[in-house]
Amino acid sequence: MTESLFFIFAAMAIVSALMVILNRNPIYSAVSLVITLFSLAGIFLLLEAYFLAVVQIIVYAGAIMVLFLFVIMLLNPGKEAKFLSPKNPRIFIITLLSMAFIGMIITLVSGSVNYIGEAASSTGDLGTTRNIGLTLFTKYLLPFEIASLLLLVALVGAVLMTKRHLR
Amino acid sequence: MTPPLEYYLLFAAALFAIGVAGVLLRRNVIIVFMSIELMLNAVNVTFIAFSRQMNNIDGQIFVFFVMTLAAAEVAVGLAIIVAMFRNKESINIEDMNLLKW
Repeated sequence: MTESLFFIFAAMAIVSALMVILNRNPIYSAVSLVITLFSLAGIFLLLEAYFLAVVQIIVYAGAIMVLFLFVIMLLNPGKEAKFLSPKNPRIFIITLLSMAFIGMIITLVSGSVNYIGEAASSTGDLGTTRNIGLTLFTKYLLPFEIASLLLLVALVGAVLMTKRHLR
Repeated sequence: MTPPLEYYLLFAAALFAIGVAGVLLRRNVIIVFMSIELMLNAVNVTFIAFSRQMNNIDGQIFVFFVMTLAAAEVAVGLAIIVAMFRNKESINIEDMNLLKW
């Protein structure tokens, strides 16, 4: 059951990720990215990361994608020129590089299968909000506060950057 | 029957490779940004897969921080894109060569 769900979500994520980079219309790319992020939330659920699956949908598929769509519609870039033609010499190099990367990972993973071993037995409540909160506010309290500072800096920076007249 | 760790790692590698290909292939800055998001998400998948494998929550906390960082990065990056568009009337990545030497 879990295995077939994994394959469904993984196939959805890969196909829509390909749609993101192959589609010439930026709006379609953005919608495909939303589908990818939703499938990833499903995979997070399979891995018992319940809290992060919900955060993935709210923050990524919600907030970040709205920002993307907003900027796409604000700038109205239109369709990109055709880039998937055999005349484009870049294509071969990129395909080669990506294939080499995947081949490298496959070699690495298949070589280390014997060392990975069985998964630790599940307690069923690994990524619940309770457990995440407990760890976040005890062991990782300082990084949490620094992250809030980072968000503040990003907020101020984004407002400053889009101002028309800087003095 | 839960799928073994290798499946998750290979899936994440494929997703990361698609992101890299997108960054190298596309000339539209917004799409390049989306490809960067894809790569960040691929890394998140490996983090959570290992977190489940070890039954240890630290990996998930790290993913939480990666998401925070991605939100900040997108806000600043899109602000830069809007500012660049105002100056150059273009979002082609080839036109953004101010820091090139």
